[in-house]
Amino acid sequence: MITISRERPITIAILALGGLGGGVLTKWLVDMAEANGFLAQSTYVAGVAQRTGSTVYCIEMYAADKAQEQGRTPVFALYPVPGDVDLVVAGEMAETGRAIQKGFVTPNTTTLIASSHRVFSIIEKEAVDDGIVDQAPVAEAAAKVAKKFICFDMEVLANETGSVISSVLFGAIAATDALPFDKGAYEKVIRDTGRAVDRNLAGFAAGFTGASRPAPAAKKEEVPQAEPVGANGRALARRIDNELPAATRVFALHGALRALDYQDAGYANSYLDTLTRVHEAEAKVAGESRQFSLTTEVARQLALQMCYEDTIRVADLKTRRERSQRVRDQVGAVENQPAHIVEYFHPRIEEICDTLPAALGGYILRSPRIRKIMSPLFTKGRNIRTSSITGFLMLRTIAKMKRWRRGTYRFSVQQKLIANWLQRVLAALESDYDNALHIAQSIESVRGYGDTYERGLKRYEEAIR
Amino acid sequence: MAERSFKREVEKLRIGEGEEFAGEGILAVTKALLQSGVSYVGGYQGAPISHLMDVLSDADEILTELGVHFETSANEATAAAMTAVSINYPLRGAVTFKSTVGTNVASDALANLASGGVTGGVVIIIGEDYGEGSSIMQERTHAFAMKSQIWLLDPRPNIPSIVAATEHAFELSEASNTPVFLQLRIRSCHIHGRFKASDNRRPKMSLREAMENPVRNLDRIVLPPASFHHEQEKVNKRWPAAVEYIEEHKLNETFEGTRDDLGIIVQGGLYNTLIRTMERLGLADAFGKTDIPIYVMNVAYPLIDSEVVEFCTGKNAVLLVEEGQPNYIEQAINTVLRQRDVQTKLLGKGMLPMAGEYTSQVLRRGLVLFMAQFDAGWQPPEDPMHLVAEFISKIENHVPERTPGLCIGCPERPIFASLKMLQEELGDFHVSADIGCHLFSILPPFNIGNTTMGYGLGAAGAAAFNTESDKPAIAIMGDGGFWHNGLTSGIGNAVFNQSDALTIVVDNNYSAATGGQDLLSSKGGADNRSTRHSIEKAAQGVGVKWTKTVHTYDIGEMRAALRAAVAAKKGTGPKVLVAQGECMLNRERREKPIFSKAVSDGKRMVRDRFGVDEDTCTGDHECIRLSGCPSLTVKPNPDPLRRQPVSYVDNSCVGCGNCGEVAHEAVLCPSFYKGQIVFNPNLLDRVLFRIRRSVIGWFQNGTEKRRLRLA
Repeated sequence: MITISRERPITIAILALGGLGGGVLTKWLVDMAEANGFLAQSTYVAGVAQRTGSTVYCIEMYAADKAQEQGRTPVFALYPVPGDVDLVVAGEMAETGRAIQKGFVTPNTTTLIASSHRVFSIIEKEAVDDGIVDQAPVAEAAAKVAKKFICFDMEVLANETGSVISSVLFGAIAATDALPFDKGAYEKVIRDTGRAVDRNLAGFAAGFTGASRPAPAAKKEEVPQAEPVGANGRALARRIDNELPAATRVFALHGALRALDYQDAGYANSYLDTLTRVHEAEAKVAGESRQFSLTTEVARQLALQMCYEDTIRVADLKTRRERSQRVRDQVGAVENQPAHIVEYFHPRIEEICDTLPAALGGYILRSPRIRKIMSPLFTKGRNIRTSSITGFLMLRTIAKMKRWRRGTYRFSVQQKLIANWLQRVLAALESDYDNALHIAQSIESVRGYGDTYERGLKRYEEAIR
Repeated sequence: MAERSFKREVEKLRIGEGEEFAGEGILAVTKALLQSGVSYVGGYQGAPISHLMDVLSDADEILTELGVHFETSANEATAAAMTAVSINYPLRGAVTFKSTVGTNVASDALANLASGGVTGGVVIIIGEDYGEGSSIMQERTHAFAMKSQIWLLDPRPNIPSIVAATEHAFELSEASNTPVFLQLRIRSCHIHGRFKASDNRRPKMSLREAMENPVRNLDRIVLPPASFHHEQEKVNKRWPAAVEYIEEHKLNETFEGTRDDLGIIVQGGLYNTLIRTMERLGLADAFGKTDIPIYVMNVAYPLIDSEVVEFCTGKNAVLLVEEGQPNYIEQAINTVLRQRDVQTKLLGKGMLPMAGEYTSQVLRRGLVLFMAQFDAGWQPPEDPMHLVAEFISKIENHVPERTPGLCIGCPERPIFASLKMLQEELGDFHVSADIGCHLFSILPPFNIGNTTMGYGLGAAGAAAFNTESDKPAIAIMGDGGFWHNGLTSGIGNAVFNQSDALTIVVDNNYSAATGGQDLLSSKGGADNRSTRHSIEKAAQGVGVKWTKTVHTYDIGEMRAALRAAVAAKKGTGPKVLVAQGECMLNRERREKPIFSKAVSDGKRMVRDRFGVDEDTCTGDHECIRLSGCPSLTVKPNPDPLRRQPVSYVDNSCVGCGNCGEVAHEAVLCPSFYKGQIVFNPNLLDRVLFRIRRSVIGWFQNGTEKRRLRLA
């Protein structure tokens, strides 16, 4: 029998997507190993990560002097082998899950370093509603299966330091004892590249500190409490406290303030009138047994339906002060840097009729002849610069039409939709609570603009049939 | 201009005798070619040997110094045909391509080459695209080796072994007058390692010398009666010569063990995975020392009967680790053992699965089965997968699949957005897809494309649908595929057979999917190639009457052109729509440094960036279903009343404009906006900015006050 030597190379697996710098990190690790007296091998599949599939980089290293002592070199693997991986680095949270699925992370062996941020897959992004896959079970499994699990949001740190995630990951690796190199060896590799050295060192330092800190407790996501700022809002809040149960108040206040902002105090009070009616019906049928889930749901959906997105609302939102600042930040304009904001609008004849007086709007929409005459006006999208005075004033004028909103065509249509929906909810409540809740939720698909709105309407009608 | 530049790394190719070479597998192979004294090198790019082509291209200067001719061939058939000069002249040459797809294309020339036989050594470097990371059908190059009699080397995956195999390949080729395949597996191409270099060698005979002293040898031309003699020569002369060379130079390796009852035979390329698996099972140490002797077939074809018989004789059982199917090696070894009446049991596909990549986990199962059957005393250590099974089941539905997609700002995105809108308008069409980045259209979010038959065969794949219909077939073809063969196999064929089909040629200036190599129709001027040849004119040249070039980002015009093409009168012949838009990866690589430099030089520059208004986004994600751009993503809805995440454009946006165009054309929503940020603003910019800010600010403050009063 051979005597099985326990000597084995250090194995590292990096799971990354395009843009996460897996290739850079691999090169740094190999360079560091070779500069510190190690034999190193790395392999990967080129070009796969770039087109946003995920790929695995495999690195193995072994002390050169020990190899010389033995007179032979280890046989390096080309792919990480389950049970054999000392360090797993995942540049993104779902990739952490993938590393576990592939068996790379094993108890007592593997140090697992992961960034908690998400790069969503197309499957998650393209869902009509919320397609995001919950990563909490992955974090939970990772903490149990790894010898040591280090996980924090490295994207934020990369952005803060102007570096890239690979530098932050490199710092996090340095903070563990997974590899036999001291901190200086890591920093030297970054310096030796001569590229973006300061920023990469800043990212490295942020990663090092981040990994040394205890993991922050998982945040429980709570709906933020709305704060009324004026007399009208405070009056609405008092009304909610008096008339509605505690469980529904957070959403009711958000809804009431939304209606106030959307139209006026009368509109907000009518919102609460309706809500109170639903609450009374629910209390009669179910008492407190369902924690007023129906009223809470209606509080949400009613507010959204009452504050639908017509051209007036869009123009209003797009001309607000805080919005101007927000979009400037989003596109990366710094203080006092001139920047234009070009809005992409494509109103159809429907959207124009929506804001016309109800009778006129309805007449045009019902008349194929007028529609045909007017249609050339609506074939092309329009670009409006809200950062220019004319563009801004144009939208502001539309926003000012708010005072006539109650007389518009869309308002009358919307009122009918809401009345019909409420009637169905209340009717269902008499016999089948869950069905009432289902109908209440289904209206959520009625949202948006143009084709999206019409598709949503169809989905709603199918759902309640 | 390729995606990755090796300009700096190729300098390593100059090092000489005794110096240590450090780098990637493909660079090492290039160095080995130069050390072997090649006269010419050609090939066609494709993973995993794309970078080999890029290295050669970037090494043009060094190659020229050594008198080596390098060219990027029009396709793999061209590359293979290039080796014709080695039939009559002592010129060494190498060609490279992706396999098995490239070998399919090359096989006509390869078969002719192998029939006539070679004087100068010919090495065909095969990028074996098999297993994880592969993008093609799973087949073996081994079959080509057998059918045409081309020797197949599959060296152990470490740099010194690969380099040695490359050098031996030329010697073997010349010793046996037979071309040699050097098989490089996906990960071997990108392995980082070291070897001791030797000097580069100039070719013994220059191309010019050979060209000016033509040799004509009727015996070497594939025509009767010579072709019949070739077959005899193959088995009677060339095969024995190859066996002699392989035996003498010990190309295959036997690693002795202490046990005489068991043995393992393995293809060279799988050696490292085998050793690591055995190490995990306690059957070997990390350095490859083991009780069980191992015979490593660095030459996968031909089989060296004498070596196999010697290895197997006296053993109870031998495990054969042969990846892929059919199990040619197993069949061959069994035949030999039967003929020589060796009673050793050979276990191959019985222990290991017939199909699929032999990962460590797969080998582990096979080894455990093998040991359990032939070594009663042996107990396997616990499978690490058992330790983690519980955790894997807990996260089963929490790791979303990642399908590949088009890059940020890709000019092909608007083509498929337009096609998707066309299908929503007119119903689905039969779409014959092709090979290239555009094939990602078959995946979410576009879900367009019914079949793909091979590179450049998009139009040909629609040939049968040449029949009376209101919905002509639509074919997609890339510029790469167009020049590779599509112009004749697809467009010319459609003209000749009077098809009405529409072919969309995706013209992104490069062979983009393989790493952005230049093509005939590339718009940039290449130093040593002739470019800027029009696709539209070429199509007209073979007789297409209906041609049109549309800039891809102009979705309005793209839709109009598509509508017109599918509505055209019957009998007007094939339509060719050239969708023009430069590959964004290449564009960014070129333009970004120029932009940054201009900004730091103080020039006035404007940068476009797109955004989504979170206030007006209703979280329907139709924009994403018409885009799939990595930079168009989602984030939690800031509105507490809504549950759907809102669309969001992240920092990686390159401002291509597709989002806005799609929003216009599909009448999506008013949430998209474009930011135009001015760097180094001039006086007019600054003055206008200040005026606008104060006027707009004044109105906004008024509105804000009023809003607060009513709030």
